[in-house]
Amino acid sequence: MTRRLDAVEIIAAMPRLDGSESVVPVRHIGRWVSAIVAALLAGGYLYLLATSKNMRWDVTYTYLFHPAVMSGLWLTIQLTVASMALAIATGGVLGSMRLSQNPVLQCLSGATVWFLRGTPLLVQLLFWYFLASLFPVISLPVPFGPTLFAVDTNSLINQFGAAVLGLGLNEGAYMAEIYRAGILSVDKGQTEAAQSVGMSRARLMRRIIIPQAMRFIIPPTGNATISMLKTTSVVLIIGLPDLLTSVQLIYARNFQQIPLLAVACFWYLACTTALTVLQIRLERHYARGSKDAKGVGLAGLFGPFLKSRLASKENGL
Amino acid sequence: MTAKMHSPADAAGIAPMVVARGVEKSFGAVKVLHGIDLDVMPGKVVCLIGPSGSGKTTFLRCINMLEKIDRGLLAVNGEHIGYRVGKDGRLCALNEREISRQRREIGMVFQRFNLFQHMTALENIIEGPVGVLKESKADAREHAMDLLRRVGLAHKADSFPSELSGGQQQRVAIARALAMRPKLILFDEPTSALDPELVGEVLDVMRKLAHSGMTMVIVTHEIAFARDIADIVVFMDGGWVIESGPPAEVLGNPRHERTRKFLQSVRGENDCSGG
Repeated sequence: MTRRLDAVEIIAAMPRLDGSESVVPVRHIGRWVSAIVAALLAGGYLYLLATSKNMRWDVTYTYLFHPAVMSGLWLTIQLTVASMALAIATGGVLGSMRLSQNPVLQCLSGATVWFLRGTPLLVQLLFWYFLASLFPVISLPVPFGPTLFAVDTNSLINQFGAAVLGLGLNEGAYMAEIYRAGILSVDKGQTEAAQSVGMSRARLMRRIIIPQAMRFIIPPTGNATISMLKTTSVVLIIGLPDLLTSVQLIYARNFQQIPLLAVACFWYLACTTALTVLQIRLERHYARGSKDAKGVGLAGLFGPFLKSRLASKENGL
Repeated sequence: MTAKMHSPADAAGIAPMVVARGVEKSFGAVKVLHGIDLDVMPGKVVCLIGPSGSGKTTFLRCINMLEKIDRGLLAVNGEHIGYRVGKDGRLCALNEREISRQRREIGMVFQRFNLFQHMTALENIIEGPVGVLKESKADAREHAMDLLRRVGLAHKADSFPSELSGGQQQRVAIARALAMRPKLILFDEPTSALDPELVGEVLDVMRKLAHSGMTMVIVTHEIAFARDIADIVVFMDGGWVIESGPPAEVLGNPRHERTRKFLQSVRGENDCSGG
């Protein structure tokens, strides 16, 4: 039949979408197959892990709240909080120096970031630890006058101090870049509008730029904090008994490496989860006025999973 | 070559709000203003028209120091913008705080609205009065609600900019400028970023403002609007003022070929779009 149908015939001949479930959805066979294979593999792995005689979950459970593990965990948390606090402060100073219009400050900030990002963290950690060999005494003299105070370097910078200085200053260099990018991402029109109502530079930063830059600053800062939590384990090199070190000390005696590493993983995951929840709350706070303000939620934790489920619902899986 | 200026003497001793004489400005090697002369008398509406790249937006931005001029004289309300005259008669650059003080008296409405995205309409409006003028929050809020009513958006006081249409955002931006009780408001193509059906609501607000006696300098492409509300129309091209005068003269009976050509091309566009 070569004759084309006219409108009346088309309308009569063709069924309409009536909004009910009567439409046969597209079949995603590949999607089903890959989902089943992946689920089987993951299930099998978990089954092996749960039932393996060598896994010794009882050992894991025994040491989960062991005093040595607890004090290691506490030290890891202290190190993370102190180092991140130092990193945020250092990043703030370096970042604002970089954005200032003073060329000397810009250069100094650039050089500091260059050095801190360009040398290994481990070297910086050891540097602070051995600072006493460079400056045995730290003093604050008044020019041409008496010395205000002088302290033995080793008593001022103990292991913990060296660890915080090393971790915090190193991370501070990265934070400076995060701040700079965040502040530059705020539209220039916001600055002009604030200037046109006669706002001072300080007020402009505090009321207009920083609140809006926070949306871009918090996600990478959250990443940095989680990364810091795990990086603290390098303090092993200067002999601080953090979470991982204290677990290692235990399995050095009882040779139950995997069960004890599982203990460490449990606590690292617990801390990371808590940090993620905190990050999501902060993000929601600073999303004020943005279109996706309502999209940020606890769902962010398993976001990709939930999103894909939603998407497949729309596609009629 | 510029048209006869409407000098202060014309207005029987009333000091002009804006005086520009020989204002020059370059961006790098490109000279965008070649010596602009212009007076804006208090309570008058001046519309700057001209093809894009003619320097009208740059000139407007010079009036509140968003751009610095290279040469010439630019005074608002009897004060040099960005400078003061020192004891020896030389000009001294003002520091940021003094520039902020000058800007308080000059409102500005932007092409892209530039509302503070993280604040509601009401918060946008009271930010300047509370933070800069140190008004009490209650007074500022009352004044802001009054302004929102005037621009017909009292019901949107608690909406964020992302929840408002372009026309609504621009009306909030006008209210934000008015909240500072400025002596002068600058409009930088206030309707250029709007969907055609939203242009009218913004022009209506501006028309009311003009009738209330506000001094306004408006960069615009809306020729019909300029004809309707401007006291003076200034046609600029290539960084020069080609001619200026009452709309009936400049728009109705232009003396310069370039003005005529520009008006023809704009009318053509308007006819095409059915306006």
